[in-house]
Amino acid sequence: MKRLYFLTILPFVGMLGFLPLVNRVEPFVLSMPFVMFWIVLWTVLTSIILAVIYKLDPRNKEDEEQ
Amino acid sequence: MNSALIIILGFLLLAVFLGIRSTKGKQMDLEQWTVGGRGFSAIFVFLLMAGEIYTTFSFLGGSGWAYGKGAPALYVLMYICLSYVVSYWLLPVIWRYAKEHKLVSQSDFFVKKYNSPYLGVLVALVGVIGMIPVIVVQLKGLGIIVSQASYGAISMETAVWIGAISLTIYVMLSGVHGSAWTALIKDIVMVVVICFLGIYLPLHYFGGFQPMFEAVHTANPDFLRFPDDGNSVTWVISTVLLLVLGFYMWPQVFSSTYTAKNARVFRKNAIISPLYTLMLLFVFLVGTAAILTVPGLEGEDVDLALIRISMETFDPWVIGIIGGAGLLTALVPGSLLIMSTATLLAKNIYNVFAPKSSQQTIGKLARLLVPVVSLVAVLFTLHGGATLSNIILMGYSLMTQLAPSLFFSLWKGNFVNKYGAGAGIIAGLTVVAYITTTHTTLVDLFPFLPSAWNDVNTGIIALVVNVVVMIVVSLATKRKQG
Repeated sequence: MKRLYFLTILPFVGMLGFLPLVNRVEPFVLSMPFVMFWIVLWTVLTSIILAVIYKLDPRNKEDEEQ
Repeated sequence: MNSALIIILGFLLLAVFLGIRSTKGKQMDLEQWTVGGRGFSAIFVFLLMAGEIYTTFSFLGGSGWAYGKGAPALYVLMYICLSYVVSYWLLPVIWRYAKEHKLVSQSDFFVKKYNSPYLGVLVALVGVIGMIPVIVVQLKGLGIIVSQASYGAISMETAVWIGAISLTIYVMLSGVHGSAWTALIKDIVMVVVICFLGIYLPLHYFGGFQPMFEAVHTANPDFLRFPDDGNSVTWVISTVLLLVLGFYMWPQVFSSTYTAKNARVFRKNAIISPLYTLMLLFVFLVGTAAILTVPGLEGEDVDLALIRISMETFDPWVIGIIGGAGLLTALVPGSLLIMSTATLLAKNIYNVFAPKSSQQTIGKLARLLVPVVSLVAVLFTLHGGATLSNIILMGYSLMTQLAPSLFFSLWKGNFVNKYGAGAGIIAGLTVVAYITTTHTTLVDLFPFLPSAWNDVNTGIIALVVNVVVMIVVSLATKRKQG
């Protein structure tokens, strides 16, 4: 479970925690201003992280058997 | 009659038709009406929740913020995305408890957990006070979109009345089933329209996304990053955290979790939902494209950015489809909000003071309250002042005050009792009301803090007061009982 809690906090740290450092327009990445790209990147990573949590979470297997 | 108008009316009829048809062959008791008999699959729960979250406010307000404020508009995407992380853990727990105890409203949850119908009345009142302004915003957004998209053929006032009447009819007849079906076409139409506008407009006017951003950046080098004061990084971090806490406290969102048929629905939806928020990116692209294309919109008028740039660019029939999409994005959340308000008033307020009424009477009363709630909302919409966005932000701060006692109630070792929960909520509400009316900032209260703290969302003060009062009162009343 500890791994799961760590993964849960990760999107918050990534998206909000680094904001002071990435709050800039240049360089443009994928046509987007840098800070916008950073937020979009973490939105996609949040989905991936949640998918990993889902895979690791034993409760999803239990529910399936019910 | 122009072609835009015909298309908008077509959407309206389709929504009402789908709404009414959806209940065929179902016995509509209160449980069917408000929570769909707890039988919704992942896809319908997803659509319902998306229906509540992506409202006319995200459509018009999101592009309006991108147009008027630039980068700070991204906060919408951030808090919605992070809220899904919370949903993975929170919603299955709420759902299971609600199913065990056959709950139909958010207030029921507090009543059961804290064993106090009066705490339920308080929670229901907070919910109603928080929801009415959001209904008003939906109707106002609907009025703006329909009157603009019909090129003035339908006045704002007529649009609001037509919208409210259609809503009332299908909410009374089919409840949450109607909303779920309308949500289906709403999301398809909205995604298509938004993605099309977000891709077409930057390409058409600037020849690409990066040229568009570069043009805006050259005109105003601070626009595409968070500014140093005001909507700064401090502001966005504190605001996003508060909004994430309050996200699932809205009664209509809370009770739509009850519609799911099992707990895994939420964990599955949590995976896809952050990707879905990227749709907002296209909304921001539209707003950004409008900055240099239709300049000069100020104050409340920034909300017109999306529709103005579209009218400048497209033929009436395209405007008709945009208007139809806007209409649907107002109808779906509007219907769920009105239904939740009516249910709270009937079940968690009226029923407490008239405990002898049968469940059938309560169910009937909830439906009869729908036109009353709609009428109140229409009157506020047509006669309300310009400070609507202030009321909305206050609504969010109000709802967040329910978070502490809710989260404590999920904890096994919870020591908070009904007195603590009630006192905490009331203390939090008082602070919210005081801060919003006096515009107090954190540095006003604590002058020794550095000025960067000025931008911290003041909702945090109310939340801290809430938690402290809740804990102190709980411990004090516990000793007395012992």
